[in-house]
Amino acid sequence: MKKNEVPQDDANMLQGKFREPVYSLDEDGNYTIVKSVGWDPKNTVMQQAWDNINEKVEETKEKVINGQLSPIAYYMEKNIMDIGLLSKYMGLWRWTVKKHLKPKHFSKLSDKRLTQYADIFNITPEQLTDINELK
Amino acid sequence: MRTVETENIMTFEHSQAAHCENGVVSNLLRYYELELSEPMVFGIGSGLFFSHMPFLKVDGIPVTSFRPLPGIIFKRISKRLGITFIKKRFRNSPQKAMEALNANISKGIPTGMLVGVYHLSYFPAPYRFHFNAHNIVVFGRENGAYNISDPIMEDFTRLDYKELIRVRYAKGVFAPKGHMYWVEEIPGTIDLNSAIYKGIRQTCKHMLTIPLHYFGVKGIRFMAKKVRNYPRKLGPRKAALFTGQIVRAQEEIGTGGAGFRFMYAAFLQEASKITGNKELKALSYEMTAIGDMWREFAIITGRIVKNRNKADESYKHAADLLLAIADKEETFYKKLQASIS
Repeated sequence: MKKNEVPQDDANMLQGKFREPVYSLDEDGNYTIVKSVGWDPKNTVMQQAWDNINEKVEETKEKVINGQLSPIAYYMEKNIMDIGLLSKYMGLWRWTVKKHLKPKHFSKLSDKRLTQYADIFNITPEQLTDINELK
Repeated sequence: MRTVETENIMTFEHSQAAHCENGVVSNLLRYYELELSEPMVFGIGSGLFFSHMPFLKVDGIPVTSFRPLPGIIFKRISKRLGITFIKKRFRNSPQKAMEALNANISKGIPTGMLVGVYHLSYFPAPYRFHFNAHNIVVFGRENGAYNISDPIMEDFTRLDYKELIRVRYAKGVFAPKGHMYWVEEIPGTIDLNSAIYKGIRQTCKHMLTIPLHYFGVKGIRFMAKKVRNYPRKLGPRKAALFTGQIVRAQEEIGTGGAGFRFMYAAFLQEASKITGNKELKALSYEMTAIGDMWREFAIITGRIVKNRNKADESYKHAADLLLAIADKEETFYKKLQASIS
């Protein structure tokens, strides 16, 4: 790729936080670094990954509102976690976390446990227990 | 009265890199007056690779990678240049990990460490996944916040105590567990030519001769076969997701474009200057052309993702292109091997 061909297709994927260095050839055939804000095909596949995540988050949200799952399930998906990863953050067995995804068990969790979950999700325990937050 | 922390801040020079592992090594060595560009670190550390491993899945999608496992470039570079690093890990004691870091800072030692990306507050949100093998350098402390040189960023950045603990103790695959490292000793003379050749030799060997079809040139052919069958076997939605993942690995932050192929071409160009081996320069342009083919693959995939229900023909094109890339790469590594023997 030549220096003047480095794409600058901005889809706000980098949110203006930095530009990415791309290696390319200058007029004399020497390698140089050009900073790029993005490239269409790459923006497309990134968006695809996020659409896929967001879809799962929405599905889970519906289930939480309908009382099929506990709010932990929603915040787990929202933080791109699965039961394995969440159980590592919690320092609990997988099956324990799995149990907490059920509304029946969730309602019996101690304040201490709730705070621990909330900390991991970067929210307050009140936010975690209030289903209206999701609506 | 206002209290100001007095920990010293080192004059640390930060240079942005495409890839964090190369970037941290390059920045750390520069502090000790050893100037090695990112492509040089990458090439000497044999950073170019390919693997497609359907038996390994992240979020249900097969793993494709254009680089070796995290930490390997680092290991090879220190071996090939004779640089010794001190490494420490603090499994379950964040406090101790932070005390050790503070002690290093007050001694004036810039310290590299592994962190998780998901909780890095200065990172753009679309790139914050649970990836735990990111490298940064901490080189000072002011008013309780740490001065950070993150090779991905254009400039220095900062994290407070709590934030730094959080990223140093991210959980999951490659959990950093407070891992940190710093330069112990750099030898007075370094045989760059020999290190360059060792790096090249290993890259060729790994791309050509690993006897499993997941790796190297064989891996590219294997993936071509898989991609060809994706629409038939998986249906439009999953097929597009699986193919899209290949391009995410190829173009995500850190590859410098085309799955590190352009960075490797830049390395060969620099290596040609240092060693005086003219063939390496010619080969560098061949690698650039191969990189352009990978970019073409990304363009086709972009179209597939946008129009996944009418994409059967495009999968065929993509698979054919991957086979052509595999042929080109195979010839390339053979020539590269011959050029240094």
